Amino acid sequence: MSKMIKITYREALKQALREALQTDEKVFLMGEDVGRYGGAFAVSKGFLEEFGPDRIMDVPLSESGFTGAGIGAALGGMKPIVEVMTVNFSLLAMDQIINNASTLLHMSGGQVNVSVVIRMGCGIGSQLAAQHSHSWEPFYAHVPGLIVLSVGVHEDARGMVLTALKSPDPVILFEYTSMLNMEGEIPENSGEVDISKAKVRRSGNDISLITYGTGVYKCLEAAALLAEDGIDAEVLDLRVLRPMDEESILESISKTHRALVVEDAWRSVSISSEVSARIMEKGFFELDLPVERLCGVEVPMPYPKHLETAALPQPMDIADKVKKMLRS
Amino acid sequence: MQKKTVGKSKVSSKQGNKLLHQMMLIRRFEEKSAEAYTETKIRGFLHLYSGEEAVAVGVTQALGENDNVLSTYREHGHAIAKGLDPKTIMAEMYGKQEGCSKGRGGSMHLFDASKKFFGGSAIVGGHLPLAVGMALASKKQNLDNITCCFFGEGAGAEGEFHESMNLASLWKVPVLFVCENNLYAMGTAIRFTHSIQELEKRGDSYGIPSASVDGMDLLAVMDAVKKAVSTIKKTGGPYFLVCNTYRFRAHSMFDAELYREKSEVEEWKKKDPIPKFRDYLLNANLLSEKEVDAIEKSVEKEVDEAIDFAENGTWEDIRDLTKFVYSEKEAE
Repeated sequence: MSKMIKITYREALKQALREALQTDEKVFLMGEDVGRYGGAFAVSKGFLEEFGPDRIMDVPLSESGFTGAGIGAALGGMKPIVEVMTVNFSLLAMDQIINNASTLLHMSGGQVNVSVVIRMGCGIGSQLAAQHSHSWEPFYAHVPGLIVLSVGVHEDARGMVLTALKSPDPVILFEYTSMLNMEGEIPENSGEVDISKAKVRRSGNDISLITYGTGVYKCLEAAALLAEDGIDAEVLDLRVLRPMDEESILESISKTHRALVVEDAWRSVSISSEVSARIMEKGFFELDLPVERLCGVEVPMPYPKHLETAALPQPMDIADKVKKMLRS
Repeated sequence: MQKKTVGKSKVSSKQGNKLLHQMMLIRRFEEKSAEAYTETKIRGFLHLYSGEEAVAVGVTQALGENDNVLSTYREHGHAIAKGLDPKTIMAEMYGKQEGCSKGRGGSMHLFDASKKFFGGSAIVGGHLPLAVGMALASKKQNLDNITCCFFGEGAGAEGEFHESMNLASLWKVPVLFVCENNLYAMGTAIRFTHSIQELEKRGDSYGIPSASVDGMDLLAVMDAVKKAVSTIKKTGGPYFLVCNTYRFRAHSMFDAELYREKSEVEEWKKKDPIPKFRDYLLNANLLSEKEVDAIEKSVEKEVDEAIDFAENGTWEDIRDLTKFVYSEKEAE
């Protein structure tokens, strides 16, 4: 068993990127302010000095253009990591991601694969208001041809990008800016992680809290609160939003027989709708209770803190919801 | 009466034969495609290239096997000129698995990685960033190939045009932007879509060397592209070439052509690049009438063979429906 070290989410992301750049000369990072500024969230601080401007490319504010260029560079044999500063701006690159990255393999009858990694910073919770508080995981997870990963814990921050770079197909990586300063423990020798399976973050017997992204730590916090009341909740981190690991979901349900799905994204047509539907389709007879959901309230994100907090599932809400479910 | 060619490029008898052959093959291929469409053998959208052959053939003859080509949904001509087998193109349009994209793409998405032909893109302007990225990859790997990107003047109004021109110039990557200005973005004339209709002028705002050329004149296109390619080779940076041309047929098979006068089409047909080049070769004694006849016969045969090949092609097993969504091969 390797020694555990304390690390921030930012530092974990940074170490992973650095390792990727050090170990493969074909890897390069391109994005707005990744170089001279040091990354909008200081993830790539110092990289320009270490790797030079050919590998750490500052790009103009042309989301479609540089994302498409990243896809093109992948076609040309490079291993680009495209950083879209925040997920909010990725809508401007959606034509490239959906019409090109996800379709080229298919349209070419398997001749042309797009080995690109596109990272997006998602951030809710800092009073950034309606245009800077999006959770677009469900949009991208809707699209066949993409691999959509959600970096919910420190170990994945340290490893997912490394594995993603080995994928022959386009990977969208959701990172969470609200977690950047959060400390976590990871094994000292952390590195590549599996990117095909969901993972149980806390084992429990009474109910499955199924979540991803920022939901993971919220659910773990809720599970700790519930434990005080003698409720033993399991926390399942989906991690891979497409293709979804149905097997792990069903496995957890067959143990706990109850499920609450938690996410920051809006409730309608979301990841939680998908999880819930799949449980209904394949795990219906395992259930003791109907599947319930706690999601983002369907409103463009308001600016005031108290409204923002109310718009998102909080650990206490999760715990309360579980207690209510178990009482029924 | 054919207007005399203005191009100064010299061609040998052999080369002239080959180029005329290509242009005639493309023309005949498109005519047969239209027939096959009417017979409902080809479905979906079908955009024909007739009238614009001098651009595809004139530009592509200057490219090497390792040079990449990306194109639009009106790309049969570019694909043939880049060396794709007309048989596999026709099979693709029939939706047969012997097609160049295994039947998955259709008319608008022809691919052949072995010929460095990367589609067939049907979102106007969407392939321009890809071309910049491919050229960037060449630069990063010190390859000496260039990436040629065909698009219409309609794409010049897209944001991706601006973004791509800026990036290509900023990064100094070897990409040849070829704008085929056929005067209509589907049914809307250029005067209604571009504030500046001399599109080559836009190269200046990005610091990209640019030129425009009579795209109905093969030799003129060859002159222009020769200069373009040598500039790219010299500077390592991009070049913007506008080829002014015209499509003789409708935008697609669903177009009643309400937006242009028949007389306008007839005027442009007088500038048909094929008879122009053919007459040039005949007058210069580079080709005989007999040889022209031989090309005609050969082209007819090749297109018939393409149809036969497509007809005899096979349908992919429905059980394979979800193939090509993710790579099957293991990552290295």
